[in-house]
Order: sequence, then C-alpha cells, then structure tokens
Amino acid sequence: MALDNAKSNGFKFVGTRPDRPDGVDKVTGRAKFGADMTAPGMLHGAILRSPHAHARINKIDTSAAEAMKGVKAVVTRKDFATDVHFESGLNGETWNVLENVMAGEKVLYDGHALAAVAATSALIARDAIKLVRVDYDLLDHVTDVDKAMEKDAPVIREGAADKSVPDGFHPNVVRYHESGHGDVDEGFSKADLVIEDSFKTEATHQGYIEPHACLGSLGNDGKGDLWCTTQGHWYAQKMCAALLNLETSQLRVTASEIGGGFGGKTTVFIEPVALALSRKANKPVKIVMSRSEVFRSTGPTSSTSMDVKIGMKKDGTITAASGVFRLQGGAFPGAPAEFTAMCAFAPYALENVRQIGYDVMANRPKQAAYRAPGSPMAAFAVESVIDDLCKALGLDPIEVRLKNASHKGTKASFGPRFEDIGLIETLEAAKAHDHYSTPLKDGQGRGISCGFWFNHGGETAVSLALSEDGTAQISVGTPDIGGSRASMALMAAEELGIPYEHIRCTIADTATLGYNEISHGSRVTYASGLATIKAAKDVVHKLCKRAAQKWDIPEDAVKWEDGCAVPSGANAGDFDPLPLHKITANMGATGGPIVGHFEATPEGAGVSFATHIVDAEVDHATGKTKIVRYTVVQDAGKAIHPTYVEGQYQGGAAQGIGWALNEEYIYGDDGRLQNAGFLDYRIPLASDLPMIDTVIVEVANPGHPYGVRGVGETSICPPLAAIANAVSAAAGIRMKQLPMSPPRIVAALKSLKDG
Amino acid sequence: MVKVYLWSGLRSLTDGKEAVDIEASNIREVLDGLQNAYPELKAPIAAGVSVAVDGKIISSDLTTSVSEESEIYLMQKLRGG
Amino acid sequence: MNNIHVRTKVNGDEVDFLCDPRETLLDCLRDKLHLTGSKEGCGTGDCGACSVVLEGRLVCACLVLGVEVEGQTVDTVEGIAQGQDLHPLQEKFIKYAALQCGICTPGILMATKNLLERNPNPTETEVRYWLAGNLCRCTGYDKIIRAIMDTAADMREAG
Repeated sequence: MALDNAKSNGFKFVGTRPDRPDGVDKVTGRAKFGADMTAPGMLHGAILRSPHAHARINKIDTSAAEAMKGVKAVVTRKDFATDVHFESGLNGETWNVLENVMAGEKVLYDGHALAAVAATSALIARDAIKLVRVDYDLLDHVTDVDKAMEKDAPVIREGAADKSVPDGFHPNVVRYHESGHGDVDEGFSKADLVIEDSFKTEATHQGYIEPHACLGSLGNDGKGDLWCTTQGHWYAQKMCAALLNLETSQLRVTASEIGGGFGGKTTVFIEPVALALSRKANKPVKIVMSRSEVFRSTGPTSSTSMDVKIGMKKDGTITAASGVFRLQGGAFPGAPAEFTAMCAFAPYALENVRQIGYDVMANRPKQAAYRAPGSPMAAFAVESVIDDLCKALGLDPIEVRLKNASHKGTKASFGPRFEDIGLIETLEAAKAHDHYSTPLKDGQGRGISCGFWFNHGGETAVSLALSEDGTAQISVGTPDIGGSRASMALMAAEELGIPYEHIRCTIADTATLGYNEISHGSRVTYASGLATIKAAKDVVHKLCKRAAQKWDIPEDAVKWEDGCAVPSGANAGDFDPLPLHKITANMGATGGPIVGHFEATPEGAGVSFATHIVDAEVDHATGKTKIVRYTVVQDAGKAIHPTYVEGQYQGGAAQGIGWALNEEYIYGDDGRLQNAGFLDYRIPLASDLPMIDTVIVEVANPGHPYGVRGVGETSICPPLAAIANAVSAAAGIRMKQLPMSPPRIVAALKSLKDG
Repeated sequence: MVKVYLWSGLRSLTDGKEAVDIEASNIREVLDGLQNAYPELKAPIAAGVSVAVDGKIISSDLTTSVSEESEIYLMQKLRGG
Repeated sequence: MNNIHVRTKVNGDEVDFLCDPRETLLDCLRDKLHLTGSKEGCGTGDCGACSVVLEGRLVCACLVLGVEVEGQTVDTVEGIAQGQDLHPLQEKFIKYAALQCGICTPGILMATKNLLERNPNPTETEVRYWLAGNLCRCTGYDKIIRAIMDTAADMREAG
C-alpha cells in the first residue's frame, strides 16, 4: 500500500490502552462461543474414529446404529461430494481435507473419522456410534519422520508426491523445497570453526482451550446455515460447500466467539459432518468435540528432524550456513517444510546459504498451522548451533547476532531483499535491557535467540456505517481471537475523530461482507486494520461531501479535523466546524445512509523479527527446568493497543516454554496417541511460569498506513531456541531434542557423567 | 525481459535453471510466461505461489507491475497460523 | 429413559431440571438451565474452564454429576456480577487485558473469587498455585496474575 497517507506520530487514539469492547461479555459468561448455541429441534452428532493407525476399511455396517431409538441419521464418506478429486501435493488440498474429514478407503491415523451419527441427545449419539461395526484389514504404520523416509517404510498413499521431489525418495516424501544463494562449501572453507549438528522436535498441539464446536442446518433445497468456532468462516463456507456439493453463497456461516485457535482453527473438521447429518435428518445438528478428539483428530504441528551446519570466523562473522529440515505432517501433504527452510537463516545476512525442506507423510493426524508454522523449529536448530559457535569462540551471543543481523537491503536467505525491518533494533534493545546484564545465580543458564516470520495480508473486506446519533459500527470479517475489536475501533476512532467508545465492532457473517481470508498469518491488525482505516477514510470523504453541499462550496474545499468537517483554507469560506453527529443527524435527507467500504487484498504485511532472553534453572536430580526470568523484545511496527501487543508477546513465549519443556505427542508402538488429554499433554500452568517482560520495538512497516506489523506469530519463533540455549547452559550439555522434559534431561546428564 | 528467480527446488522442472527471463510487465504476465516457457511449472504455481518484487512479498495481486530493474523472486505461498 | 428430577439453587435462584444420571453438572448447567458461561474445555477436570462453586467449595462442574447437586447451592460465573455492577475482579480483568480469547475467563474468575474469599492477601506464588487447575493458553498468565494481585489490594483497602 502506498505511503501517501502514512501516519507515524501525532496519534490521539492509537497507542492508548482502552478497555476492549467485548470485555463485559467475556467476564460475565454472556459471550457465545462455539458450543454455546442451540436451535429448536436440534440433534446432537457424534463421530466414530479409528482406533488404528493404518487400516483398510472393508465394510462399515451402520444398521444397528440406525435402528437405535432416537437416532435420526448416520453418514459415512458416501454422503459427501463425489466430484472432489485426488491430486498430488498441495494441488489436491480439497480432496485432502475431505479425506481427513471422513475417511474413504483407508483410515490413516488413530482418530481418523469414518462415520457419524445424529440423535436426539448427545448421550444417545455417543451410544449409537458404538453400534457402528467396521471390518478393517490392519496395515503397517509409521509415525516417526525419519522412519517414514526409510526404504521399507509403509507407503501411506502412492502418488501423493508432487514433481518437486527428486527421484529416489520414498513415496512418503511428498514435497521438496530447496533455496539459497552463494557457495556454501567455499563459505565453510573460510570459517575458523564449523559446527554441524542434528536436532529433533516432537509434534505439539495448539492447545486452544475451546474444543471444536458447530451447529449446522442444511435443507434439501441446498440452503444452509452454520455456526462454528473458526479462524476463518469464509474458508469454512467455501470448504463445506465443496465437500457437500453446495453453492457457496447458499451456505451462510457465522463465526462464534473463538476460544483460541493459534492456527488450529484454520480448517474444517466437524463442520461438513454436522451439515451432512443435518441434510439427511432435516434438522439442525450440533457437534462438539471432546478434548481427546481434539488431540487425536485435529491438527498438531509437525514433528521434525533437522541437520544444521554453520561456519564462523573468530570475529563472529558467519561465512556459510546450510540446513536440512524434515517435517512430518501427518497422513497428508502440507507440512510447512518450505517455511522451516526459508525462516531458518532469515535473521542473518549471509553470502553463502542453502536450505532444504522435506514434507513427509506419516500415520498421524493432518498437521495444521500453528503460530508461524515451521519457523520455531528452524530457530531451535540454527540458534543452538550459533550458540555453540559463540561459546567455542568465546564471543558474546548478542554481539555475534548483531554482527550478522539482516537489515534493510540484505539479500534474505530465501531470496529477495528485505525492506525496512527491525531485527537490529530488537537486538540493541535486548543488549541494553537490564535482564541481559543481571548476573546469573549458581545453577542458572541464560539463552538468547532471534526469530523470524513472514506475516500475511490476504483478502479483506470491511464496512463502516454511521448511525444518526454520530456513532459508528464497523463490520469486519476476521474473527476476534485476542482483542482485535479494540484495535479496529481505535483505528476507526483515529480516522473519524470520534471517541473510541462510540464505535462498535462486529464480526460479520459470510452473507454480510465479501470474502475475508482466515485470521491467520498475523494478518488481522495489519489487514483488517488497514481496511478499517480505508473504510473510515471513505466515510470521511462522504462526510466532507455532505458538508460541502451544505456550505455550497467545492468538495475539495472541505477537510476533516478532529471529528469535524472544516473549510480547508481561508479561500474556502468562513464556516463553523461541522461535527460528525450533525452531518449524520439528517443524513437520510442529504443523500442517504453514510457507509464506507474497503475491499482488497493488501500486499505489504511486512516481515517481523524478535529477540528473546531467558534464564533457566535445571534441577540436576530430577531434570526439572524452571524458567526464572523471560524477556521478549519484538518489532510491532506500530502498536495499536500496546496491552494486547504485550499479550501476544507473552502468549507466544508461554506456548514456546510449553513446547520447549513438556509438550509432545507420544505414540506407542501400536501407532496410538498415548497422551490425548491435558493431564498427560502438559501445557504451562500459572505455577510453571514467571512474569514475562516485554519490550515493544517500533520500526514502521511501510506497507501499513500507521506502520503496523503483525505480532501474533513471531513471538513463538525464538522461545524454543532461547530456552534450549538457557537449559543447555544450566545443564552443562547441549540439548538437541525437544521437549527438554525431565526424563530427557536426566538421561542427558547421565550420558555426560558416564562420558 | 524481466529476470525471475525460482527457488532451487524447481530446477528439475526448468531444465536446471534457477533464473528465467520472461517478457512481462506485471505479475500475471510473469506467471503466465513461466508456465508457457515451462509447462511443468503449472502444478507448483497452481499449488500456490507468492511473488517478491523488490523485497515486497505479493501473495495475490496479479496486477502489481514489474520492470527490467525489478528483483523478482517466486516463493511458495504463505500459510500462517 | 430414567431421568431424575433434581432441585437445586443456582446463583441464589431455586431451579429444577430433569437429567440422565450420566449427565454432569456442567451438562445440566449448560443444556438444561442454559447457563453457558461455564465452559467445557476437557471434561476430565484438567482445564478448570467449568469451575463453579458447590456449597462454597470450588469444583470442576464436569467432575460432578447433575444428580449430586440435589438440595445444594451452586454458584456460576453468571452470578458474579451483582445486578449492573461488575465484581472488582471482572473490572480488573478487562482493565488489565487479563483475557485474550476469553474461554478460560469464567473458570479463572470463579476460582479467583473463591481464593480471595478464603485468603484476601495471597502472595503471587499462592495465586499461581491456586490457579494451577485453570489452564489459559493465550496470555502466559502474566496479566491475569497482575489483575488479581491488584484487585486483592483494592479489596483489602476497601475493607
């Protein structure tokens, strides 16, 4: 977007910290989340899921379930669209989603859906699915990424690989990415020290506290309504329509309040199933997942296996870097291997760099996006090696990163040159922070890491309507996951010059606005914010026009100041400022309702960097790690509502702490997930964490009128590495596998002791 | 002619070339030109690409103009969380 | 169907409902009484999103059967505000942005209110351990803890 109307200071509302507009709803229990909706005559759905990691379905006998009293419909794959076709790689994504929503010829992982029942109560539905009889032929399975690439690994789906994959790889390797520049061999030959090491991370779940839930209603006229918890209701509309052979516009989707997503609610699971059941039963059907269904059947992030090699001179200059990143993405193509590869070395200005990514299938649930998909794992591997190089060469880790830091004009490791970026500013702020100079106590270790994410724009539509009393209502299409209504209202207040409290921001349904891309890629404050600003400018233009008509002067002789139309100069005439509410009071008689719009695909999200500092303490007897201090420094471009920016920083850090220390998908030899609940899949508790300090750096993004960069995802890029560096320092041994759970730390310490 | 840099993984589809010269004045023509010159690129482009023009990553807008001076990189399309 | 008639008092009001003996208190609150403020995050007592107070005791409503509350008193998030007036904790949670998505908020408010009634002057560590049964995935707990410590101080001052 153009710089023409950029604004970098002199804000009245932007940068303040007002109460969020939906605050009262959310502290009183009034807010309606996915599972909180009901409809007259509603049925309850339940889904039968495979207990096997890999099996051929010979027969599904639903007769006993159908005969059960209270059961109104049973669906299997045959009740879904038949004209969705398999294609290789990501070209077959619609088929991939269909196959994941309801298994076809095979079940591909423990938890894969294969039949569903709608009944008059949730208990009857749950009992009825137990009556569905399935005849399986069990097949060999594989859940580990390295094993899935081995010659004798079971093949999950022939033909899933696209043409990017070089000859000679196992069919489970379905996509290949390679990029970089320079000559890494020559670069390594110039280094004083080269370190090469291998790392592994386990799959983690986004862990949103609200399970997937929806209420679908679909008639035999092909018209339907869907209420669901989602990050993107237009995507849900499009996907459900494709999977059920509907016309997209005939399905209206309303997004509920969303109880966390972090990437995991960017796709559909139960929504098409509820609609299929509803179509068959001719009644509304509600489906709510159990927590174990969420773990077994929705998308965790990828597990990884990575090799990284970096060469450094004695003065800290990195001469070359290369990495191989293998990502397991479940039983479908789509693991974000290319992003792991492209993010890996992005913080550094390198003459010689090469990165390779493999997207590998295994018998696990289809991975879903999780906050900066692929990037945190790359940082873990790369920043661990840099840390070892710094230690071996006796160099300060921040100085080394400053010395090599990417800046405006740097040719990025993934190709193009960077525009304005704030990595150096985050490193300088970290270096100057009291945390970095505070001495450690005995037994503690300190780690630092940088992190990078691209951020995203995407299709965006906003409309802003004025009311007669001079208040405003904004309709946006991006679900509010963490306080975005407040940011939208602040930006609208800034443009309109009316109080923040006079603006109501609503998440519109799919019938009300044009297509809005999912709330992902840290795009909401950037893209919906930009669209809100543009819609408000459109309104301001129309307000000025009404004033010009009233004053009988040319339109361009009126400007907008502090919520009033005023003559633009002495020549324009002498009129008292005309406040917004006086224009709207009789807008019906002066040309009709005043509504502003913006519909476009903003390009210019602006990439983002962060630097984190962590102090950790390791109990050498039990292997338990305690995070004693944590500081997040991140470039926000411009913080619209600084409190919610801090919240994103803190939340990203906390999720990173969980990923680094405890969270992991644990599969048994039988290919079944062993820890499908919050007791055994342990996300951080209040008692696990310290306060999380934040520093907001602001290097304006030229692609946004106020300089906004997305902040939601970059905050999870550095933690895995920063914590690994701190824990490794405290333990006295390099930890190369996540999570660094107590048993792994005890084993590492034992291996150190045993030599 | 504009020079379009591809990620190295596409070399197998472009006779080993990592940079391709295309007659184009905007992104639509860049993508059309690439697919005309190397039909094998149709699948990866259909799977989703962004185009970085002078460092700005364009994910959708086909009308963004490019010139001989532009630095143009084909990238895989972002899927965020 | 062998539904059982249950009479109870919820947020001060006498109510009754019919429930299957297998249904939890959470099911009954949400589906029979339409009090959907209490949330089901796990159904196994791990996340605390369904925290309610039963006869003065903080419990996970998903771990109590509906039939168990016969003749007892239940307090839920819907009863925290008095008429138009928010409880100080509710005010501070909004002020401090101690919620992002808000799904854990009802449970955390119920748990915290119960803590402050027992201990008006908790240490940060005591708050953190009291809330160890209430999962929040968005905030990292920082702003939640700050909101609670500040509310406790205010309430002590107000006597």
